[in-house]
Amino acid sequence: MSIKFRDLLALEPLTADELSFLLDQSKPFQEIQKHPLKKLATLRGKTVALAFFETSTRTRISFGAAASRLGADTMNLQAEASSLKKGETLLDTVFNLNAMKPDCLVMRHAASGATDYVARHLDIPVVNAGDGTHEHPSQGLLDALTIRDRLGTIKNLNVTILGDILHSRVARSNIHLMGKFGCKFTLCGPAMWVPRELEKIAPGTPIRCVYRIEEALDGADVIMMLRVQTERLDDPPLSANDYVLLYQLNAVRLRRASPNAIVLHPGPMNRGIEITPEVADGPQSCVLEQVTNGVAVRMAILYLLISGATESGTHPALEVKSKESANASD
Amino acid sequence: MLLIKNGRVIDPASKTDAALDVLLDGEKIKEVGLAGKIASPQGAEILDASGLIVAPGFIDLHAHLREPGQESSETIETGTRAAARGGFTAVCCMPNTKPVNDNASVTRFIVDRTKVGGSVRVWPIGAASVGSKGEAIAEIAAMKEAGIVAVSDDGKPIATAKLARQVMDYCRSLDLPVIEHSEDVSLAAGAVMREGVTSTRLGLRGMPAEAESVCVARDLQLAELTGARLHVAHLSAKASLEQVRWAKSRGLRVSCEVTPHHFTLIDEDVQYDSKFKMNPPLAARQDREALLAGLADGTVDGSCAARAGVERCGVRQRAVWGSGIRNGAGACAGTIGAERAAFADTHGRAIHNWPGASAGHRTKDRRKPARRLDHFLD
Repeated sequence: MSIKFRDLLALEPLTADELSFLLDQSKPFQEIQKHPLKKLATLRGKTVALAFFETSTRTRISFGAAASRLGADTMNLQAEASSLKKGETLLDTVFNLNAMKPDCLVMRHAASGATDYVARHLDIPVVNAGDGTHEHPSQGLLDALTIRDRLGTIKNLNVTILGDILHSRVARSNIHLMGKFGCKFTLCGPAMWVPRELEKIAPGTPIRCVYRIEEALDGADVIMMLRVQTERLDDPPLSANDYVLLYQLNAVRLRRASPNAIVLHPGPMNRGIEITPEVADGPQSCVLEQVTNGVAVRMAILYLLISGATESGTHPALEVKSKESANASD
Repeated sequence: MLLIKNGRVIDPASKTDAALDVLLDGEKIKEVGLAGKIASPQGAEILDASGLIVAPGFIDLHAHLREPGQESSETIETGTRAAARGGFTAVCCMPNTKPVNDNASVTRFIVDRTKVGGSVRVWPIGAASVGSKGEAIAEIAAMKEAGIVAVSDDGKPIATAKLARQVMDYCRSLDLPVIEHSEDVSLAAGAVMREGVTSTRLGLRGMPAEAESVCVARDLQLAELTGARLHVAHLSAKASLEQVRWAKSRGLRVSCEVTPHHFTLIDEDVQYDSKFKMNPPLAARQDREALLAGLADGTVDGSCAARAGVERCGVRQRAVWGSGIRNGAGACAGTIGAERAAFADTHGRAIHNWPGASAGHRTKDRRKPARRLDHFLD
């Protein structure tokens, strides 16, 4: 098996086989995160351009760490300091970046579809690190990897997503990934953020929208929290108190879920708003594993897209292991 | 003298659709007769229109000629040349120029510029309110003397129900139609496409159909209250159309137009390609079916493309969807020709209804692929 796509723009068009392949390829990179020496030479001499037109801390650092652990160099474009502020068009900015000859572009933008648009005009691989309220493919993959580690499978699970689903690219990527493995989705949150149209965005995947958190949590295997984007509380105007009253995930409510249920959160968390500290720090929470897995997934993405590797070759993380053991015996 | 032979003459105003020859003397139609029955006068030029449709000149009810003020996008000269190329002999131009056509001197400027560089007739539409700001009524009577044929705050609706009522009262007394861009701006704020499964899947902010239809409801009721002649521009929603049908059944003096984009394309066609971005946005499948039915049963009175020139350099900027991005489809290079028979019929009706209608003629060449939809959207 090899990947047939040049870019990673969205999970919606990928098949279950392709998604499984991406997850399988991430596995050895997870091991690397535990090593005292984490740096490989796989992409030595390659350059990854990180263009974050929308601010980001975690995802930008995670992609940066992934690139450097593969031996690649990075070029960083920071939106605040860029020529965009001087009125340069997006495409001109990207063309200038591309003229410095990176081997891959990792891009985040506040407009849905912006990465699709840029990818149509570039001949290097483009990785979507989040486009508006559309998709966040690497987040979807790291969530699936985390779930597979904890529950042993990503097949036929009951997945509940809580919060502002309408504006969530994380929710969309998760639905398109997990839906291909037979998962059923329950979406829950204030009605303005959970429109009924969501039930039809992934034909073939059972999705239902409910407005009572108790109903949403009953029998859930996976609970995905979304950050309440405080900037969105103005549109529509919604009281934070009301949100806490109706939709906050606390320990009492969590008991309605399946006993082995796990809780995910893409961060950054608003403790005391969408999630209580006891749940965030409790045994069912996976939030820090998600962050660690994020680096592994992003290493796999960069490795596959830049080197065009296939399953038949030796995985670079395994190569290193054999070298290390050889060194140890010296 | 010009003899147009062997064409298919379509003139909905006289319910004509037949193989006829047409003899022109200067700007006047001298004779229309059965094919081959008109003797060619001495020295007459003969145009063989085999396989072509001969129709009265089309009238564009809704165009943006951008002059004065945005000449880098379009001028009266370039806009009317495009109109002539597309088979239009008259263009009604919207008042959202810079400055806004809200007083007689701007109207006179447009009329004068047309005399100098216009390829077809230009009938200006005046602003309903000063600066189209929705506060005070514009100098409508003075503009009428200078040549406007209707009023509109196009680009947005007349801001408040109160002002819309006053404008309609006033325009009724002046015997001028009021053209409404019906949109509840609060429901539409920030939206880049129609709300629905497609907008939800793509993560693009949508406006509901009701952003249009609640404003249409307001305007129709005010038209009934005032007795004004109301024309709903670029109607796109099924609910709006049903209300217009209802208003017509009550005998109100109401008409509406739909654009070719809205009776051919739908929201599902949008795939992050900003040439499909427009306002009102492409609607749902059931809206398109309703518009086609409305064209067929006569509820829809006309069709036009709401042509609005944009600068070439804007192309890259409008390529990503977002609230700051220009509408792409409005930049299409002329009104799309008839792929459906209903289209020509409704044009005929629109001409018939419109003030100042007069004979021009256009020979539309249906053999040329240039009038295909995708061409005009590029």
